[in-house]
Amino acid sequence: MTKKGHPVGVVETQYLTFAGGAEPLRLESGKTLGPVRLAYETYGHLNEDRSNAILVLHALSADAHAAGHFKGSRDPGWWDAMIGPGKAFDTDLYFVICSNVIGGCKGSTGPSSLNLKTGKPYGLEFPIITIGDMVEAQRHLIDFLGIDQLLCVVGGSMGGMQALQWAAGCPKRVRAVIPIATALKNSPQQIAFNEVVRQSIMADPTWREGNYYDYGQPERGLAIARMLGHITFMSDQSMEEKFSRRLKNGNYSFKFGADFEVESYLRYRGDNFVKRFDANSYLYVTKALDYFDVSNGRLIGANGCEKIRFLVISFKSDWLYPPYQSQEIVKELKRKACDVTYCEIASTYGHDAFLLEVKEQTNLIRPFLDKTFHGYEVAEYAI
Amino acid sequence: MPSEDVRLDHRIIAGVVEAGSKILDLGCGNGDLMYLLAREKSARVQGIELDEAAIYECVKKGLSVIHGDIEEGLREYPDASFDDVILNQSIQQVRKVDEVFEQALRIGRRIIVGFPNFAHLGARSMLFFRGTSPMTKSLPYRWNDTPNVRFLSVTDFKRFCVEHALRILESHYLGGTKEVRFWPNLLAKDALFVLAKP
Repeated sequence: MTKKGHPVGVVETQYLTFAGGAEPLRLESGKTLGPVRLAYETYGHLNEDRSNAILVLHALSADAHAAGHFKGSRDPGWWDAMIGPGKAFDTDLYFVICSNVIGGCKGSTGPSSLNLKTGKPYGLEFPIITIGDMVEAQRHLIDFLGIDQLLCVVGGSMGGMQALQWAAGCPKRVRAVIPIATALKNSPQQIAFNEVVRQSIMADPTWREGNYYDYGQPERGLAIARMLGHITFMSDQSMEEKFSRRLKNGNYSFKFGADFEVESYLRYRGDNFVKRFDANSYLYVTKALDYFDVSNGRLIGANGCEKIRFLVISFKSDWLYPPYQSQEIVKELKRKACDVTYCEIASTYGHDAFLLEVKEQTNLIRPFLDKTFHGYEVAEYAI
Repeated sequence: MPSEDVRLDHRIIAGVVEAGSKILDLGCGNGDLMYLLAREKSARVQGIELDEAAIYECVKKGLSVIHGDIEEGLREYPDASFDDVILNQSIQQVRKVDEVFEQALRIGRRIIVGFPNFAHLGARSMLFFRGTSPMTKSLPYRWNDTPNVRFLSVTDFKRFCVEHALRILESHYLGGTKEVRFWPNLLAKDALFVLAKP
């Protein structure tokens, strides 16, 4: 027996390269991409009939490192509190895979990767990627791992969109889907935020039309883009609790320095982000969010997806992907008479809640997975 | 075997529901009834519940439940999606009663309704002798903290069924531990009706 909440331990990111030969990856835009490299990690063990695999998908700027820690490092993965022995995604029971996305910059092919045709990084030569293309790349990974049907596909925010895309695009290959703090499509407000993010990067002269790889990142533009992002990830209440109007140095400086703690927090977050995320990738990935749309009957077609079980989770204070958008997912599933569970968790953390509300999400996800995996033991007798 | 501690109303509902039915439980609470129907009648059950804490209870039992308001949550279901739509001990907390019944009849073949009888002897005597709002086992709330917004009797509900052209397939009147045979509007603490379209 393992202890409850036991850590995953030392992990290593792995890479799958495919679509390198005569058959490049066909993208939704009509363009092609190849060869394609996809970063992923796995935790736990695949069972004999390969029926216990769970695919975890990450949000905008995260990576394949969802749980455990690398050798020589103590930094846990981004969803370490949820993945491990005795946790929501119990690695004593399930084989958990976390896949990165194409278009990003965390080990998978993206705009900062080397374009074999030119010998230089792609930059804006990189084709536009959609959520559908990300999932198509992940399908290659799942094929490679020899898994016909995933027990569950799960993700928050952009990861939730990928999870919904799995249901829409490969309904026969998933038994359950858990979309968290996400939407069937980006609203005009979300597209607007993303456009400000992109304009901030592109307005930085050091962006150089995307060809900055010999010179270094467009730091100011990318940092400001990320600052805006962080505002949308928190809630009014969580910012009040975290910073209130506290001053960094006790007094107003009567200058344009960072007087308030919230200002220095955003600057710190922005500056840090520049060190770990590629500016062009931010453009591509936000575009993928904006193009995503499985509304109007596109989520559930007529090809067997009514068998998929859904657990939809939203957070009360999330104003970036508000509960009404999760309710739209639920409505769509009701129209198709799908098996759906929905919970709006009364969290004050805003959009970040999917990373922070561990207990509530665990209380939903553990029994949901158990039911999906085992089903009911229905009594044979009638009452 | 069905355990002895199953509530009388749950036992009656489980007797009414056919094996393998598709059930929608509106205001399903902690899911005890759905769990019973799933296990003992192999029913495919779906619940709707407003209280977040009750959602966790349902999910823990392996049940499918939607966190939301039953007044808003029925429109998307296609016609005749369910065999039975259950409104057990929830109709007295609904404001848009007519609309909920209209939707329930559209999406379900039958409606199973259970509610506390406001005209029960105990409630009447509190009003008559003490001059206070009734507080009984079936109506356990004080006037200032009750979630109930509708106060109906067996007679009220039968009249409602006539006015709304609802066919009563079965009626059950509940005392404490067993069914009541005579003068239900006076002696029944709770009532349970199985309804269908005319």
